[in-house]
Amino acid sequence: MASPTSYNTTSKCLHWLTGILVLALFGLGFWMVDLSYYHAWYRTSMELHKSIGVILALLFIWRLVNRLTSTQPSPIAKQAWQKLAAHMTHLMLYVLVFSIFITGYLISTADGRSIEIFELIAIPALIAEGEQQAELAGSIHKWLAYSVIGLVVLHATAALKHHFIDKDVTLSRMWFKSKHN
Amino acid sequence: MKKVIAGSIFAISAIFANSVQANDYIIDTKGAHASIEFKIKHLGYSWLTGRFNRFDGEFSYDASKPEQAQITVNIDPASIDSNHAERDKHLRSGDFLSVTNHKTSKFVSTQVKDQGNGKLSITGDFTLHGVTKSIEIDAQKVGEGKDPWGGYRVGFTGTTEIALEDFGIKNTLGPDSANVYLSLNIEGIRK
Repeated sequence: MASPTSYNTTSKCLHWLTGILVLALFGLGFWMVDLSYYHAWYRTSMELHKSIGVILALLFIWRLVNRLTSTQPSPIAKQAWQKLAAHMTHLMLYVLVFSIFITGYLISTADGRSIEIFELIAIPALIAEGEQQAELAGSIHKWLAYSVIGLVVLHATAALKHHFIDKDVTLSRMWFKSKHN
Repeated sequence: MKKVIAGSIFAISAIFANSVQANDYIIDTKGAHASIEFKIKHLGYSWLTGRFNRFDGEFSYDASKPEQAQITVNIDPASIDSNHAERDKHLRSGDFLSVTNHKTSKFVSTQVKDQGNGKLSITGDFTLHGVTKSIEIDAQKVGEGKDPWGGYRVGFTGTTEIALEDFGIKNTLGPDSANVYLSLNIEGIRK
């Protein structure tokens, strides 16, 4: 079967939606940890971070399933190292993002409390190993988040380089008005 | 020479007898018949309580000479437990106890005043967050006597109040939460 010239619509939607949410959650997380106790958003920001985080995790599972079950357009890069770099960046983005979900979950559930999605659905704690869990999961969560942002910058810079310098379809085939079909 | 030896033996046995008489106790943290709890106001509307799960200590106490009593308690501040992992993580962080920089907390008594009826006023140096300050604990003996397993025990309860800022902890919790109330329940097993 010939590979398509563009990503399917589900892939595109999930790509941009999860991308925006990753950036939003990073910004929210970065901002909320320094809020003072009496700040109006002190509690809400964290509830929001958890709720959006769980929803993003679900979207990412969908995204992963879609990725594994649909045919991807073939890589544009000619050089082997570019193909490898792109593949590794994509793979690492998935691995890091999923690790962030897990560590985030482990912080909030360290004492057996569940995580709530907008106070509607409660996801129960599975592992509650106490004192060190929240501490360790917390610092891993933070450093993984910084790493993901680093990778996102790399990923976006590469896409822009392909679009503006190499003038190829790397970016446009992920966008909705595809001219290559 | 005999006299000297006899004298020394007498002196040594007197010291020995005296040290036994001094009634040294070890706080029964092993059996968890002791606790260090704290409470602080939340927003000025309610009390939040918690405790330190890991500590140990020793004291000497003789009911006939309460003013000679002495006590030392070592607390692991990282063991703070307010029944909420996210909050405990925050309490251990640089915003509060900064437990990676200040690994131990300690109380060492410097003076004990007998207030009668088993009441004691214990003055001592309390180290928290790397700051050592003199504080006063109002203590009350709860009971004393043989335990059913061949040992001898005595127990006290005590309370004190400290200001967070006295120990270099910036108060970000509001004016009603400037002070923390500590309460100690200890049971000593005679050595």
